[in-house]
Amino acid sequence: MIAVTEDDIFVRSQRVSVLPPPLAAAGPIGWARANLFSSPVNTLLTIAILALLVWIVPTLVRFLFIDATWSGADRDACLAGPHDEAGACWAFVRDRFSYFIYGSYPIGQRWRVDTFFAMLAFGSAWLLWLDAPRRDLGALYFFVVMPVCAYVLLNGWPLIGLQSVDTALWGGMLVTVVVTTVGMVASLPLGILLALGRRSSLPAVRILSALFIEFVRGVPLITVLFMASVMLPLFVPPAWAPDKLLRALTGIVLFSSAYMAEVVRAGLVAIPRGQYEAASALGLRFWRMQRLIILPQALRITIPNIVNSFIALFKDTTLVFFVGIFDFLKTIEVARVDPKWATPVTSATGYAFAAVFYFVFCFLMARYADRIEYRLARADRR
Amino acid sequence: MNQQPGGVSEGSAQRGGFAVEINGLYKWFGTFQVLSDINLKVRNGERVVICGPSGSGKSTLIRCINALEDYQRGEVVVEGVPLTHNLKRIDEIRREIGMVFQQFNLFPHLTVLENCTLAPIYVRKMPKSDAERIARKYLDRVRIPEQADKYPGQLSGGQQQRVAIARALCMSPKIMMFDEPTSSLDPEMVKEVLDTMVELAQEGMTMLVVTHEMGFARQVANRMVFMDAGQILEINTPAAFFSNPQHERTRAFLSQILKNA
Amino acid sequence: MQPNRSGRPRTALFDDPTFRGIVYQVLLCLLIALAATAVVRNVIANLARNRITSGFGFLDQTAGFDISQTLIEYSVQTSTYGRAFWVGLLNTLLIAGLGIVLATLLGFVIGIARLSSNWLLRNIARGYVEVIRNIPLLLQLLFWYNAVLKALPEIRESFFQGSGMLLNNRGLFLPQPVVGPGAGWVLLAFVLGVAATFGLRLVAQRRRELTGQITPQLLPALALIIGLPVVVFFVVGAEVELVYPQLGRFNVSGGVEILPEFAALLFGLVIYTAAFIAEVVRAGLLSVPKGQLEAAGALGLRRREVLNLVVIPQAKRVIIPPLTNQYLNLIKNSSLAVAIGYPDFVQIFTGTVLNQTGQAIEVVVITLAVYLALSLITSAAMNWYNARIAYPGR
Repeated sequence: MIAVTEDDIFVRSQRVSVLPPPLAAAGPIGWARANLFSSPVNTLLTIAILALLVWIVPTLVRFLFIDATWSGADRDACLAGPHDEAGACWAFVRDRFSYFIYGSYPIGQRWRVDTFFAMLAFGSAWLLWLDAPRRDLGALYFFVVMPVCAYVLLNGWPLIGLQSVDTALWGGMLVTVVVTTVGMVASLPLGILLALGRRSSLPAVRILSALFIEFVRGVPLITVLFMASVMLPLFVPPAWAPDKLLRALTGIVLFSSAYMAEVVRAGLVAIPRGQYEAASALGLRFWRMQRLIILPQALRITIPNIVNSFIALFKDTTLVFFVGIFDFLKTIEVARVDPKWATPVTSATGYAFAAVFYFVFCFLMARYADRIEYRLARADRR
Repeated sequence: MNQQPGGVSEGSAQRGGFAVEINGLYKWFGTFQVLSDINLKVRNGERVVICGPSGSGKSTLIRCINALEDYQRGEVVVEGVPLTHNLKRIDEIRREIGMVFQQFNLFPHLTVLENCTLAPIYVRKMPKSDAERIARKYLDRVRIPEQADKYPGQLSGGQQQRVAIARALCMSPKIMMFDEPTSSLDPEMVKEVLDTMVELAQEGMTMLVVTHEMGFARQVANRMVFMDAGQILEINTPAAFFSNPQHERTRAFLSQILKNA
Repeated sequence: MQPNRSGRPRTALFDDPTFRGIVYQVLLCLLIALAATAVVRNVIANLARNRITSGFGFLDQTAGFDISQTLIEYSVQTSTYGRAFWVGLLNTLLIAGLGIVLATLLGFVIGIARLSSNWLLRNIARGYVEVIRNIPLLLQLLFWYNAVLKALPEIRESFFQGSGMLLNNRGLFLPQPVVGPGAGWVLLAFVLGVAATFGLRLVAQRRRELTGQITPQLLPALALIIGLPVVVFFVVGAEVELVYPQLGRFNVSGGVEILPEFAALLFGLVIYTAAFIAEVVRAGLLSVPKGQLEAAGALGLRRREVLNLVVIPQAKRVIIPPLTNQYLNLIKNSSLAVAIGYPDFVQIFTGTVLNQTGQAIEVVVITLAVYLALSLITSAAMNWYNARIAYPGR
C-alpha cells in the first residue's frame, strides 16, 4: 500500500497570475518557427519555395502590368521594342471589348442586351441575398418572368417594334450568360422532377428516370451536344428546323438536369422518413407534400451542391464552342488570330483575360456556396 | 525484452525515482494560458485521480505527459526519462505509458484482436503468435475473450472501452492513464468499465485517471488532485479531500458535483 | 359503404391510389411511345430526303483520311472506317490511362501538400487548386496548345540539338531504341526481377508477422530489378541501338515522335484533374478522426507506421469512391481532344467519320455505347472494391 506523506499533500494559497507566453513560442517569430521552419525538411521546403516565387512572381508582374501595353490601335503598339520585352497586349482586349461582350449583335440594338444583363443582375441579387424580402416572388421573377422577357428582348418581337435579331449574331459574354441562365432556370425544375421520379413508387417512372440519369451521366457533354446538334434536326419535320443555339441549349439543359437530379436526390434522401409520415398524417397528398414540406427542406440542405452544379454548368458553357456557337471563349479564339493584332503575346493576353473572367465568377460563386454552408451548419447547431 | 505485465515495478521504487515527475509545467495555446505552475510527483503503484470543472486543463495535463500535447516551460520526467522533443525519447516514454481515451479510438478497420496485437508486433517487434497469446490473455482479463474476431463497430460502447484498456495493457506499460474513460458511455455500461479499472488498481498498476466518477475515486485513489483554470489548487488523500476540502474552489466544486450524484 | 367480398370498403375507382398509379404509368408509356413513333417517322423521312443511307455497313468502307497518331497499323488507302474506330479508341485509352496515372500521382502530392505543416507549401497548394478548378478545362487546353506549345521554335531552330533529342513545334522527338537479338533475354530478366521483388515483399511480410523481424527490401529489390537485367545484358551480349532523330530540311526523320497535341491534352487533363483529386485526397485524410492518430501515437507507433497502418487504411475507404468519379471525369474530358486536333475517339469517329458518311444516328449510337461501356465498367469495379473493403456493421 502506498503511504501518503506530508510532501504529497498540497493546497494552493495564491493563484498564479496569468503570464505571457515565451517570446520564441508566440508572436511572429513563434509563428515562423512553427509554420515555416519547424524541421530541417520544412526549412529546405520554405527556402526552395521562396526561391521559386522569386523567380516566377516578378516575371508575371512584369508581363501582366509593367511591360504591358494598355492602349494602341493595332499590333505595332504591342510588339516588343529593341530595348524592352513585350508585355501583355491589353490594347487588343480594349479594342475588341465590345465584341467580347455582345458578339455580332447589331450595335444599335445593344441596349436590349444591357437591359437583359440588368434584369438578370437584379433577379440574381434578389435570390442570392438570403435576407431579402419575398424571395418566393423573387423565384417567380427569376424562373418565369425574366426568361420570358429576356426571350422577347433578345430575340425580338416585330409586333411591338423590337426588330428580330438572329441568334447567329449573338456572341461573347451575352451567349455565355444566356446559356448559363437558361441552363440554370431549366435544369433545376427538370432535375427536381427527375429526382422525384427516381424515388417514385411507380416502377415505370422510376426506371425511366434512372435510365435517363445514368445514361446522360455516363457520356461526355460533348457527345450530348453533338447528339443534340446533329440528331435534333432529324427528329423533327423540316419546318421546325431548330436553330443552332436552341440545339445547343437543349443539349446543355438535358445534361445539367441529370446531374442536378442527383444533387436534389441526395437532399431528398436526407429528409427523415418521419417528415413524410407527419405530412401524410396531416392529410397532404403527393404534390402538396413535396411542395410544402419535402422540397423546401431538401433544397435548403443541398444549396451548396446546387451552386457547385451551377459553377460546373458555367464552365461547361465553353463546350458550345464545338457546335458552332460563339460563346465568350470562342470570341477570344476568333479575335486572337486577327492579323490586325498578330503578335507573339496576343494569344496569351486573350487567354489571360478569359481566365480572369471565368475565375472571378466561379470563385465568387464558390465562396457564396461556402457561406451558405456555414450558415446552414450554424443554424443546425442549437 | 519482454516485460512482466502489470505489477508494482520494484526497480524504480528502490531507486527512489518517481513514475511521473512534473516540475513547473506551463503551457500556452497561442496567447491563452492553458496550464500554469503544475507540480506533481507520482510514485510507482500510486493511483492519482484528477478532477475539476471542464476547461480546467486536466486532459491537457495528462496528454502532455505522453507528448500528445506540447508545452513551453517546465519539465516532465517519466520513469527517469526526461521528456524532450527528441523522437527517440518520446517513443521510449510512450512504450511505458498506456492511454485510454474518452472516445475509445479503436481502429475500425482492424478486428479486436488485431487492435491489440498491432503495437506489440510493430513497436515491440514481437512475433505474431506471441502477440496474439498476450492479447487473448488481456481480452480474457477484461472479460470479453469471445469478441476477439469481431470489429469495433459490432461492439457496444462498454465493450469497446474494455478493448481499449486491453489494447493499452498489451504493451505491458508501467503506467496507465485514463482520460475521462466513462464520459461517453451509457449509464448502464459505466459500471463494467469502472469494475475493470478497479481490478487493475488492485493489481498494483500505477494509474493517472481524469474522471468525474467520485465513487470510483473514493474507492481506488491514493491521492486526489483538483484543478481549476489550468492550475492545481489542491492535492490530498480521498478521505481528507471529500470530507474536508481546504480550498474554497474545491469546496464549491464538490458541493455541486456531490449534490447531483 | 357496403363491404365487398374481399372485406375492404369499396371506394370509387378513381380515388384508389393503386389504380391511379397504374393509369399514370400507362399514360406515361403511351406518351413516350407516341413521341417515339413521331420521331422515328421524321427520322426516316429526313434521312430519305437527304439521301443518307442507314445501317452499319459503312464500317467496312474505306476511310480515306489520315490520322496523325496511330498505335496500330493504319493506312490512308486501305483502312476502313472500322479500323479508324479502333485507332481512335486506342488513342483515347492511351490518353486516359496515362492521364489517370499521372493525375493520381500529382493529385496525391498536392493533396498531401494541402495538409503540410509548412504554411508556404500549404497555401501554394491551395492557390493551385483554387485557380485550376475555377477555370474551364477547354480554356486551359487551348492555352497549353496555342500559347505554349505553338510557341516552340521551328524545325530549324529546335531545342536540344546535339543531345539526341529535339523539341520544336512539331513535337518532341526522342531516340528510338531498336532491339537486336538477345534483347528478349534482357526483357525476361527484367520481368523476373520485378516478379521476384513482389515475391520478396510477401516473404518479408510473412517473416515479420511470424518472428517480428524486419527483412531488408530496398537493396535486394534494386539488385533484382536493375542488376539482374544488366548482368544478363552483358552475359548474352545483346545489342540495343538507339536511332536518333535527324534534322531534315522540312521535317524530322527517325526517333519516336510525341505530338504536341498529345502533350497538350495530357498536360491539360493531368493538371486539371489533379486539382480535383487533391481535394478528394485532402477530404479523405481529414476524415480520419484525430483520436485515431492520438491512439496510435500513444501506443508508441512512429509517424510512418501510423500513416501506413492506421491513417491510410481508413482514408482510402473515403477516398476511393470520389476518386473513381474523377477518373470517369478524366475519361469523359478526354473528348475535348477535338479542340486541339488530337485524334482521339470522338475526334475521329464522331467528328471526321460522321462528317464523311453523314450517318449521324449510327455514329452517335456507337459513340454513346463506347462511353457508357467505359463508365459502367469503371463503376462496377468501384462498387465491387467498395463492397470488399466495407466495415462489417452490427
